[in-house]
Amino acid sequence: MADIVLDKVGKQYPDGTVAVRDVDLEIADGEFVILVGPSGCGKSTLLNMIAGLEDISSGELRIGGERMNEKAPRDRDIAMVFQSYALYPNMTVRENMAFPLRLAKLDKATIDEKVAEAAKVLELTELLERKPANLSGGQRQRVAMGRAIVRSPKAFLMDEPLSNLDAKLRVQMRTVVSRLQKRLGTTTVYVTHDQTEAMTLGDRVVVLRAGVVQQVGDPQTLYDHPANLFVAGFIGSPAMNFLSARALDGALRTALGDVPIGDRLRGMLERGEAPQEMILGVRPEHFEDAALVDEAARAKGREFEAPVELVESMGSDKYVYLTVEGERASSAELEELAADAGAADLPAGGANLVTRLSAESRVREGGPYKVWFNLEKIHLFDPSDGRNITLHEGRAAGIS
Amino acid sequence: MESRGAKWRWGLLDVVVVVFALIPVLWIMSLSFKTTNTLTDGHFIPREWTLENYKTIFQTDQFVRALVNSIGIALISTLIAVVLGTMAAYAIARLDFPGKGLLVGVSLLIAMFPQVSLVSPLFDIERRLGLFDTWPGLILPYITFALPLTIYTLSAFFKQIPWDLEKAAKMDGATQGEAFRKVIAPLAAPGVFTTAILAFIFCWNDFLFAISLTSTERSRTVPVALSFFTGDSQFEDPTGSISAAAVVITVPIILFVLFFQRRIVSGLTSGAVKG
Amino acid sequence: MSATSTAAKHRAQPLSRAEKARLSEGKRAERRLGWLLCAPAAIVMVAVTAYPILYSVWLSLQRYDLKFPDDREFVGLSNYVTVLGNQYWWTAFGVTMLITVVTVVVELVLGMALALVMHRTLVGRGIVRTSALIPYGIVTVVAAFSWRYAWTPGTGYLANLFSDSAPLTERASSLAIIMLAEIWKTTPFMALLLMAGLALVPEDLLKAAAMDGATAWQRFTKVMLPVMKPAILVALLFRTLDAFRVFDNIYVLTAGANETSSVSMLAYNNLIKGLNLGIGSTMSVLIFLTVAIIAFVFVKLFGTAAPGSSEEGRR
Repeated sequence: MADIVLDKVGKQYPDGTVAVRDVDLEIADGEFVILVGPSGCGKSTLLNMIAGLEDISSGELRIGGERMNEKAPRDRDIAMVFQSYALYPNMTVRENMAFPLRLAKLDKATIDEKVAEAAKVLELTELLERKPANLSGGQRQRVAMGRAIVRSPKAFLMDEPLSNLDAKLRVQMRTVVSRLQKRLGTTTVYVTHDQTEAMTLGDRVVVLRAGVVQQVGDPQTLYDHPANLFVAGFIGSPAMNFLSARALDGALRTALGDVPIGDRLRGMLERGEAPQEMILGVRPEHFEDAALVDEAARAKGREFEAPVELVESMGSDKYVYLTVEGERASSAELEELAADAGAADLPAGGANLVTRLSAESRVREGGPYKVWFNLEKIHLFDPSDGRNITLHEGRAAGIS
Repeated sequence: MESRGAKWRWGLLDVVVVVFALIPVLWIMSLSFKTTNTLTDGHFIPREWTLENYKTIFQTDQFVRALVNSIGIALISTLIAVVLGTMAAYAIARLDFPGKGLLVGVSLLIAMFPQVSLVSPLFDIERRLGLFDTWPGLILPYITFALPLTIYTLSAFFKQIPWDLEKAAKMDGATQGEAFRKVIAPLAAPGVFTTAILAFIFCWNDFLFAISLTSTERSRTVPVALSFFTGDSQFEDPTGSISAAAVVITVPIILFVLFFQRRIVSGLTSGAVKG
Repeated sequence: MSATSTAAKHRAQPLSRAEKARLSEGKRAERRLGWLLCAPAAIVMVAVTAYPILYSVWLSLQRYDLKFPDDREFVGLSNYVTVLGNQYWWTAFGVTMLITVVTVVVELVLGMALALVMHRTLVGRGIVRTSALIPYGIVTVVAAFSWRYAWTPGTGYLANLFSDSAPLTERASSLAIIMLAEIWKTTPFMALLLMAGLALVPEDLLKAAAMDGATAWQRFTKVMLPVMKPAILVALLFRTLDAFRVFDNIYVLTAGANETSSVSMLAYNNLIKGLNLGIGSTMSVLIFLTVAIIAFVFVKLFGTAAPGSSEEGRR
């Protein structure tokens, strides 16, 4: 076991494209770190560079304090779980799991013992003599994990290991991975596209975009205090709602009505540190049915009325889709997020709002309805560079 | 669910296909087992059975020599074509280099090349180089025309190999060599084997090069020898001998087809469709 | 700090020369390995085809008869004038074209039927596929002898069926038998290529068409054929060029008697029997050109995707 240090690690291809740019990251011994971002953001490239499957163009990679840039994958003592599982089809489950041990020239008794142990942990004992072709997706996934843990490496690298499973199995395996990692206490770098996995699995999450680290932090921090528009939009499901906002006469004019400008923001506006045109971000759960909000809470927020387009009752709560007037917020980040989500996941462009209301709400489709939202939880972003204006000194600003 | 009637209709069609495919083969077999007297009786099934024709051909030097030539030339050509083809196909499937498209294009052109167009220049060139009527004289064009086939089929096979496995093996502690030997080679072997069968069938079948570039028993292959067969005497018809010899060279093909039907089908179609 | 503008700034920043050299190291090694691996195959193919075809163009411009080697002389295009003004050439050309067109058309229809049988059949799929492969695998000369004996009066079961005529001594019936032998031999190959195309037709698409009220025939023509079109064109191209080379069957069945020679047969006779390298080479070049024109027509007019051509840009 060991810590992994990335010191200004970069990857540039001969044709000039930059896949990864100057990544600084210290992963502590035993830590579970998630690399997340849309496809093409460089997360897999970064993982492959740690693995040694791709060369590092600049910077230094240290595992357990030792420089690894020039070492072959086999000399780095790290194991990897692939998205395709990469099980050797000509070998049985037992042979697959024994393969790294055989290459390490361990004696047969030790190999058998280690394989049996790993198989027991992953409940593969019954399947040891089968070939991968005769296994279900979930079983293959566990074999791939087994092959990684069997030789107790310094670190695990996982490249979207659950993305080929169906939804239900993915949730199950998520807990398996999580428990296994806690139990073994092995440093783990986990790449995923899925922000739910990112939120639930890791000690810390690294959000990447176009090869650049956007923010590093524990899941809750990323959720509560996104550093920029991109992180705000990427983390959270359903995604944060974005609306355009304009500072005018001491208030922010938005499609949700006027929002008062606090002292700090006023100061920033006066000093030119914040633009007049901004993007307002509100998470779906920070809305509530106005009828259900008590007096004390009411003062912290604002009410507005909007036609209800669609109500999805989830049992525990209701997703209510509202149509509001006003222009769509636009920025490069939002475009990219929309493209990555296939636009389906992101109705929150400006004209449509996704809100999550209590199950008790009596909201109906069709007519207008009164909805409240929490002013303490809103975010304001600079559309030109995406930075979160409300964020300062690591604290969510609200507009106080 | 298909109805009973449909099942019968399909069954009937199957029978038609099988009969159509097998009749000429069964007929030449039947001829090879007929005695000299019944050879011209026109019956599809021999009235008198004999192995005389087989004994005769294996006693004649002409046939035995041709059989040795056929086997030797086809095996050597196949081996070389498969080795060269494997190298090229690996490069095409796995590596990125300029000129790849050109190579694929050239091999496609050769696959469509009218072989007779090569006969006249090769005839002249080989006479000068002393290759005419020798094994290498036939092996060279066979390799050339088997290569497009091997390159196509193998690159299609290689593209199907999940190359993540190579990475996985490296992560598991294998060297480049070990990754290839223990993981990739076992997966590639069936494809290489299938390709070898196809290449062998091609070399085994050829007639045009064999008849144009040979002149004596030294390097004549069986298909050519067949066309030169004459009876023991002027008055004897060679039909029986030809049939027996024909059956002998058909046996390996039938064995291949029986045992490796599925592979041959996948090999033949992989290059053309997935290409 | 702006993520967007930082990324843009970074991208614009060029690499130092030393960095670049090191980066392309792996790429260059890959190229070298690629060339190295392909070189032997490429050299053999080019040496045995490109050089001889150029040499045969050179030969075709000479009077060069091995029976009179001393008469060798450069004669320009006169060999071409001789060949193209010769009725035997045009007869052989006509015969070859006839055989090509008829066999390819019949094979397409039969091959499609066979492909459907192999694809759809419920009983004895293995047996059908295995037996269909036998004509493909068998030595053409062997099959040709089988057909020859079948049609030889007295010996053959088929000849006896049609009274005591000798079909291989008449032009029309000889050509018919040659075509029969060709069709028997190569229909399975056609069927296999088409079957691979059939496998690409999604089962759901056929079900959807059935739900939309298409009859079996409409499903075949409106759904399957369009999806299979690329596979059909490739199969047609391969078979057309292959049929144009017809030689083995004619050699064994008629030896070109009664004006049944194909162009390959004629070229062979001039060359090996006649030892006239000049005229033989001229025919070789003409055959090569014809084949090139056929391939060109297929690729340009019908848009046949040459197999493998699509993969160049992919990786």
